[in-house]
Amino acid sequence: MEHTSLLERILRGAALTLVVIFFMFPIVWIFMMSFQTNETILRIPPQLVFEPTLANYTALITGKLMTAAGTLDIAFMRNLWNSVFLSVTSVAVSLLLGVPAAYAFARHKFRGSEDIAFTLLSFRFAPALLVLLPLTLYFQKLGLANTYVGLIWVYQLICLPLILWIVRGYFEDIPADIEYAYRIGGHSWFATFRKIALPLAGPGIAAAGLLAFIFAWNNFVFALVLASADKQPVTVGALAFITSSGIQYGQISAAIVLSITPTLALALYAQRYLVEGLSLGAVKG
Amino acid sequence: MTAVVSQRHKPSGFRISKRVLPYVLSLPALLVCIGILIPFLTSVVYSFQRYRLSQPWARQFNWGDNYISFFTDPKFWNTLKVSLLYAGTTVVLELLLGLAIALLLQKRSTLNNFISIMLLMPLMTAPALAALMWKLMTNPGFGVLSYLASLIGLQDFRWASSPSTALFTVVLVDIWVYTPFIMILLLAGLRSLPTQPFEAAALDGVPRSFVFFRITLPMLTPYILTATLFRLLDSIQQFDIIYAMTQGGPGDTLTVFQVEAYLNFFQSTNVGRSAALMIILWAITYFLSNIFIKNWLRLRERARGQA
Repeated sequence: MEHTSLLERILRGAALTLVVIFFMFPIVWIFMMSFQTNETILRIPPQLVFEPTLANYTALITGKLMTAAGTLDIAFMRNLWNSVFLSVTSVAVSLLLGVPAAYAFARHKFRGSEDIAFTLLSFRFAPALLVLLPLTLYFQKLGLANTYVGLIWVYQLICLPLILWIVRGYFEDIPADIEYAYRIGGHSWFATFRKIALPLAGPGIAAAGLLAFIFAWNNFVFALVLASADKQPVTVGALAFITSSGIQYGQISAAIVLSITPTLALALYAQRYLVEGLSLGAVKG
Repeated sequence: MTAVVSQRHKPSGFRISKRVLPYVLSLPALLVCIGILIPFLTSVVYSFQRYRLSQPWARQFNWGDNYISFFTDPKFWNTLKVSLLYAGTTVVLELLLGLAIALLLQKRSTLNNFISIMLLMPLMTAPALAALMWKLMTNPGFGVLSYLASLIGLQDFRWASSPSTALFTVVLVDIWVYTPFIMILLLAGLRSLPTQPFEAAALDGVPRSFVFFRITLPMLTPYILTATLFRLLDSIQQFDIIYAMTQGGPGDTLTVFQVEAYLNFFQSTNVGRSAALMIILWAITYFLSNIFIKNWLRLRERARGQA
């Protein structure tokens, strides 16, 4: 149908190849580094062919790092667990709070509803440190400093606006007539919500949850400011790990690989919903 | 089971009136967030105070002094300059690159879909971790990029550790992470455009540059605006990449707003100055987000209309 010259096809192919190399190379390279010993990593020129080793991963998983000077403890598994726990709990709390609110905003136009919805949205765009820095002082007074409860509360700033605005869109897509028909059958609003609205919006809610999980996992600044070593997720832990372990580059790479794998895997799984989630429901994929 | 069924037909004693229901449903979400509004107000108060954590006894209101001193403070002007430069460069480059890639991938094919999914991976990498990845690759001792730079004659290219190339390096990481964001939004936009204008143009033999500038670009504008404003809002507040890569250094080369406020708070413990910086940044983002929300809403209504 379309006439494209050979030259144009070659140029397009070359451009796409460059794009793929630029965006994929860092991930591939760090992945390769994670299977190398420090000696091969430090070799110049960098090696493309090497004897792969699992030593970096075993050191991280057992938490013991053998060095010439002796054995070093690595707390990286603790960071990984913190990331899992903080992200899962934050998303669960966000879903519990956000889904009913999203339903209210979608189905009932009540006084102040748009204002409230936009206030929640504006949290997504305000500078994080604006609230985080005074919050450190408050948290110390309230005894919430360096606690999971405090962190999960603050993580709502990431998860709630996302869940609210995406799920709201899915509820709006359900024709109201279906719900009316069910209510006329003598069912309460709660039964309607549970039996009709929730299942129909189910895939959207799941997608919003996955995306909120990715954003919570990838967050850095909240935990940097509010958590000490034992509560820090991988994003903050990996940075501390670089300073403390000095030159253990293989282990650092392995730690990075373990830290980014969950979000990459989830993103591939949820990629159909990614466009909608990233634009907070403004663009459909 | 029977009890549940019979209850359904009986008017139950506990029933929430229709007017109150939406408030009851949205109240918990709101309450959780209101707790966050208090620190915001505290920030405003701090910004009008002389407040150093190291000298709590000297804490007092100095009203506008924190703000007025900015005018003669070269560090503040540096912060403003670097923040705007960072945001401007990243957004313009990411927009051009993202649009180019979206156009390359526009046609639906297995290969194009596969590539567009692959390109999402940098976007799903935590920005702080992405910065660490690039830090490893630009290490002067063994970094593969330092080696490649030396191959093309840049013998002592210092990446983020030299003041002259630090901005370039963090902008590069930002481009790596966030170009896919613009790409994926514009790709969705391109693929949702109506086909008739393009078929008509092809039938009339209209030159392709004309089609691009007079049909594609204007129809894509709402998507471009939303994607750009989204990025601009995030980029002017960038913290993760810069902090993880250089902590704002070398010197004060990269002390953008949030990094400078963080360092002011935790290193020089100057809470007043830190809060004033954040209020100025908030004013900038508030202005931008008002423009943003109008565009975003328009696009959202369009997307919902299609459903």
